[in-house]
Amino acid sequence: MSQQSVLYDVPGPRQRRITLISSLVATVLLLVGAYFLIYQPLDDKGQFSLDLWGPLVDPSDENFSLVWERIGTGFKNTLMAAALAILSSLVVGTLLAMLRIQLKSLAQRRFTGLATPVSYLLRGLTWLLSAVTRICVEVFRGLPVVITIFFVARGFPEFGVTFDTLWYLVIGLTIYNSVVIAEILRSGMEGLPGGQSEAAAAIGLAPWQTTRMILLPQAFRIMLPALISQLVVVLKDTSLGFIISYEETLSIGKQIIGALDNPIQVYVVIAVLFIVVNYTLSKLAQYVQRRLSRGRKTAGTPAQNPPPAALMSQAEGGGMGGGV
Amino acid sequence: MSVLIDKFDVFAGGFWLTLQICVLAAIGALILGAIVAVLRISPVPPLRAVGTAYVNIFRNMPLTVVMFFAAFGLPALGSNADFLRIPGLDAIFNRLGTDLPYFRFALIALVLYTAAFVCEALRSGVNAVPPGQAEAARSLGLTFGQNLRYVVLPQSWKASIVPLGSVIIAMIKNSALVGFFGVVGDLSQTADQLTSAEGYAFVPVAIGISIGYLIMTVPLGALLDRIEKRQAVAR
Repeated sequence: MSQQSVLYDVPGPRQRRITLISSLVATVLLLVGAYFLIYQPLDDKGQFSLDLWGPLVDPSDENFSLVWERIGTGFKNTLMAAALAILSSLVVGTLLAMLRIQLKSLAQRRFTGLATPVSYLLRGLTWLLSAVTRICVEVFRGLPVVITIFFVARGFPEFGVTFDTLWYLVIGLTIYNSVVIAEILRSGMEGLPGGQSEAAAAIGLAPWQTTRMILLPQAFRIMLPALISQLVVVLKDTSLGFIISYEETLSIGKQIIGALDNPIQVYVVIAVLFIVVNYTLSKLAQYVQRRLSRGRKTAGTPAQNPPPAALMSQAEGGGMGGGV
Repeated sequence: MSVLIDKFDVFAGGFWLTLQICVLAAIGALILGAIVAVLRISPVPPLRAVGTAYVNIFRNMPLTVVMFFAAFGLPALGSNADFLRIPGLDAIFNRLGTDLPYFRFALIALVLYTAAFVCEALRSGVNAVPPGQAEAARSLGLTFGQNLRYVVLPQSWKASIVPLGSVIIAMIKNSALVGFFGVVGDLSQTADQLTSAEGYAFVPVAIGISIGYLIMTVPLGALLDRIEKRQAVAR
């Protein structure tokens, strides 16, 4: 809204009239367009008949309770997979971020107290480890989630490890999202003012203590909105479970369509379900972001914490690049 | 590992098809996203509402559902997406002209879905322009269109190039989904085909497919990182 008032002046009487007229014209055009291009063809094919919609919207229909019970099961499965995936990717992602920060600080150390071969060995080891984690991050961030899930579901049985399909989905989502979350947290930690880790070092904290007690809590706080947006991504990605025939909302939808033959109607209902949940989540992310920026202002330390705005955009870009 | 060499043409074909989808979808999504972004910042409230609704709907819906809508909804609307059989273009992108509509459906779904994110990237760029710029332009007496054309857009372009790049990378990755929606021969469908139908060993195929995707996503990501760093210095 603020940007709207920037792009054009506060309208005067003439401008208001023009806006009103063009609004009316636009509304009429949109309605007419929607009628002729969408409503009429759909109506011609009988897509609005109660035969197709009845089981979904009419409580007196014989299939109503059955259909909604199935959709409920499916949605519960979707939420369960999403919750498990986000929890495990938070844990793995945090560990990965800490590991990468740790390796980065170790890479600067020369291990001077030790014998020369040992110190070279340690330095080589840290270099190798950071290279490996770096490659893992790049690879799993660059692969499509669908492909990761597919590989997990195909690859694990190949090596004689079999799980429930739920776990394939959760593992696939975790691999991908933990890498993304690790990057979000890492950029959050690296974006913190250098004084934070310097002060921690000055009071004698070891590097891993600095990460755990000083950097990580602040990174979590700054990155909370980005993390919530990632939750939306995970929730959307659980719908990929239908590829490995996990019984989530979409597979259930397919079963219902198989029985009742009303694809458009079922997908409308599923889409609305997803949109409601995800819209609420993104609103929550916005609210958290607003609160966080407000909290910073009342604390009276805006000058000390300049990174958030720049960081946020960066993290959101990264989250998107990773995710959607 | 021999499957990588024996079936190299299959992998290359899959890569080529995925690349075709990505190029076409990127062009489509950029155009549509720009239109939606214009709607979202237009002075006319109903158009703004349409833009906002579009973004909220498509951003919060899984791409899978969008694909199903394209596959079931478009035929119900009485269209096989034949308008995409553009003469000349389908000579290069030969899948556009085939009788099976799945390629076109998948393309439309990908464009519709990505456009919402493109719109947001463009809009965040417009928002990043300092308000004083637009105010100064207005006080010079530039109209809304002139303001956008000469002052706001040239600057917002810089701020939106990195988010746009992330959106395009995400789109490349999302394009893997089309293989599971009846588009025969793209990279992800190749994986399925080679491992389950033709019985090749899983690991080499997985490596081949991964390389195919990483060739597209990793260099683009590195490029974006560089642009971002340079911009950070420039600022």
